[in-house]
Amino acid sequence: MNQLCDTREGTTLLLMGNEAIARGALEAGVKVAAGYPGTPSSEIIENLARASAERDIYVEWSVNEKVALEVAAAASFAGLRSLCALKQNGVNVASDFLLHLALSGTRGGMVLVPCDDPGSLSSVNEGESRYFAKLLELPLLEPGDFQEAKDMTKWAFELSEELRGLVFVRSVTRLSHASGNVTIGPLQEGNRCANFKCDGFILDPETGPIITAPVPLRHSMLQEKLKKAREIFEQSPFNTYTGPEKPELLIITSSACNLYSREAVAVLGLEKRVGILKLGTTWPLPPKLMQKYLSLTDKILIVEEVLPFLEENVKVLAMDMAQTIGIKQFYGKIDGKIPMVNEMNPDHVINALAKIFNLSYAAIDPEFEKKAQLLAFAKAPNREMTFCPGCPHRASFWSIHNALLLDNQQGFVCGDIGCYTLAILPCGFSTLKTLHSMGSGTGIASGFGKLTRFGMEQPVLSVCGDSTFFHAAIPALVNAVHNRSDILMVVLDNSGTAMTGFQPHPGLSVDAMGKEVPSIDIAAVCRAIGAKVAVSDPFDIEDTEAKILDMMENETGARVIILRQICALSPEKKGKKKYEITVDENICIGENCGCNRLCTRIFRCPGLIWDKNANRAKIDEVICTGCGVCASICPAGAIKKAEVAIS
Amino acid sequence: MSELRKDPFNVIITGVGGQGNVVASRILGNILARKGYYITIGETFGATQRGGSVMSHLRISKRSVWSPQIPKGKADFVVALEPIEALRAMASYGHPGLKVLSNTRPIYPVDVIAGEKVYPPLAELKEAFSQLTDDICFIDATEEALKLGIPILGNVIMMGAVAALDVLPFDTADFREVAVESVPQDKLDINMTAFELGKTLAKRATCS
Repeated sequence: MNQLCDTREGTTLLLMGNEAIARGALEAGVKVAAGYPGTPSSEIIENLARASAERDIYVEWSVNEKVALEVAAAASFAGLRSLCALKQNGVNVASDFLLHLALSGTRGGMVLVPCDDPGSLSSVNEGESRYFAKLLELPLLEPGDFQEAKDMTKWAFELSEELRGLVFVRSVTRLSHASGNVTIGPLQEGNRCANFKCDGFILDPETGPIITAPVPLRHSMLQEKLKKAREIFEQSPFNTYTGPEKPELLIITSSACNLYSREAVAVLGLEKRVGILKLGTTWPLPPKLMQKYLSLTDKILIVEEVLPFLEENVKVLAMDMAQTIGIKQFYGKIDGKIPMVNEMNPDHVINALAKIFNLSYAAIDPEFEKKAQLLAFAKAPNREMTFCPGCPHRASFWSIHNALLLDNQQGFVCGDIGCYTLAILPCGFSTLKTLHSMGSGTGIASGFGKLTRFGMEQPVLSVCGDSTFFHAAIPALVNAVHNRSDILMVVLDNSGTAMTGFQPHPGLSVDAMGKEVPSIDIAAVCRAIGAKVAVSDPFDIEDTEAKILDMMENETGARVIILRQICALSPEKKGKKKYEITVDENICIGENCGCNRLCTRIFRCPGLIWDKNANRAKIDEVICTGCGVCASICPAGAIKKAEVAIS
Repeated sequence: MSELRKDPFNVIITGVGGQGNVVASRILGNILARKGYYITIGETFGATQRGGSVMSHLRISKRSVWSPQIPKGKADFVVALEPIEALRAMASYGHPGLKVLSNTRPIYPVDVIAGEKVYPPLAELKEAFSQLTDDICFIDATEEALKLGIPILGNVIMMGAVAALDVLPFDTADFREVAVESVPQDKLDINMTAFELGKTLAKRATCS
């Protein structure tokens, strides 16, 4: 049975934050959910997709976040409850539509769940979605634990219907990808009768067309909604205070920082001196509630992650109230008590409190700490990130790298977002030289490819993954073809959105709910756009390298080579070796070979081991996935591959 | 073992991406949540999965959920699916008297594969651990899992060993109850075998 469809109301389950959010949506009777995969948000849509048959809902992985939000909006316009989940960058992608959706308003309850990644644990930026809520004048909710992740998501749908507008429920990695106890409530069926009423008066919120005009009028209506949200937030049970009646210091916090703050106060034993105001409704802030708690003491510490969003907004309110509440001493990011970058943890809060209260605190016995750190430094070599054993990207970048060296014209590769981002590191032979957002490698390449008139003669390559191709790279390729830009785009097609856990994309014949759907052929799309197209298997090193070189040297204009090989972790490949790999100890002569340890020193697949004592390369039988690529690169022919009989 | 030694009791399960660390922490968390404990699990995965260290922080309490990150120096028990990961966790979250259970099988970082860094022999690692704690057990979990034909079962063997060490309030029946729902049906028996094997190994192991 799917845990998220559990009907035993009142039962307590151990749920991941993303599961709790999905459960909250099911309890609200959500009918349509859409998103684009992105850590740490992906499990919300995945879990709803798993529940889709049992709960009779429609769930899709959309081509990108903007379209996902549009798909979810359509359901709302037709009177259904809908949800869109994405990572923080996704809010940027969807932001053009968001700006207009805020103005037009919604009908069925509609919730946007952006999951931010403070500390950039699985991102290439430390973006913030909270400012979008302020910029767009939309209400922002932030769960402070796992139970609230469920309860607030459910409530967000009700709030959205009351306000007739989109509601943000913002999560962060340490909630989305952490787990805690959640007591479940009843599952609601929800309205399942979709009908878009659009023949009424232009300003009728129930029956009129859903548009943003007339803009100033709609804008003032939006501001009225925000005022109403502020009123509702004054009474919200998700804003809680824990602590003494007259604390010496008030902590104002939200989200995962609530848990860090509670822990820090407990570790330092400050329960009788420090109060914690945990805010669940962080935009707009409810002024009466804030006045009540700001009046408790003159010292305020604001604990939050990434930018000082809460701090700035609280300070503006406190300034307005200064005549009533007096002048406050604020601590937080701006005075440096709380770091301005990276994720928070209990120790950052402990350190801030220790400074404010002038306490000495040593987390670890200093003597033990010194000894342990020296030993860890000396005996525990760091683990640099690398491609998985058997990863097609390692083979692809091997060929791209070699082709660039053979071509010898200082060619370079523009990259973007996916597992292949790791090719900025030695595991991908440090091949990528620009790295920004989804699809931007090809867009940037398209620009570089026009610089020949200014003397730039370096060959320009870009890479993008199969899911990224559909998400954001097609317009860049269209641009390159149309403007006669000289580029070679390499599509690293590993048959899935691998980095985030194999979510399907438009190139595959299955959808989020497991149903068969038409697949869109990347090669055919590229040809239709007007690009010259070649296809190769990156595990066939010889063929791949030759085709890349040929495309680079003998063709002009926008060209595409598709390197197609399924991800080593994909369910269909995992645990199945194509080849048994061995090293012939009579042929491998280690340091005495002219290869200079090509396999272990340069190719660096984790399935290989350099046995210094034996002066031989070895295969790690537990790690090796049997792709056979190392056998192709060994110049001495010492690495042997034998086909494994398919059982 | 019926009560926690401390509340919250803080467990770190550490290892390398692909060792089944996250699954182990979920199963352990589910076992204890069913026994009425508040459980908080903080996991680091995502990009770190690709050959990087993966750590789960498990907070077990009768009182409330806690921070998904254990404060520095406050771990009570480290379970390492890979030995140098135990050392790394100890440097940030350890203290004298910390209890440690470690698998012996190394997974070499790429820099070691490349010959740029050295991975210390097990004897040297054991000596390093002995400078930091008197309470450590080593189990050949991966070697035993290889004998079962499924190296990934090293994580279940380690969980069996955890049960035998009498640190956390659970046993075979509790594991079975959760495993029935979390592993494919045709893999249940082999998981139970691995769990029992872990218990036997822990009882036989030479713990310092």
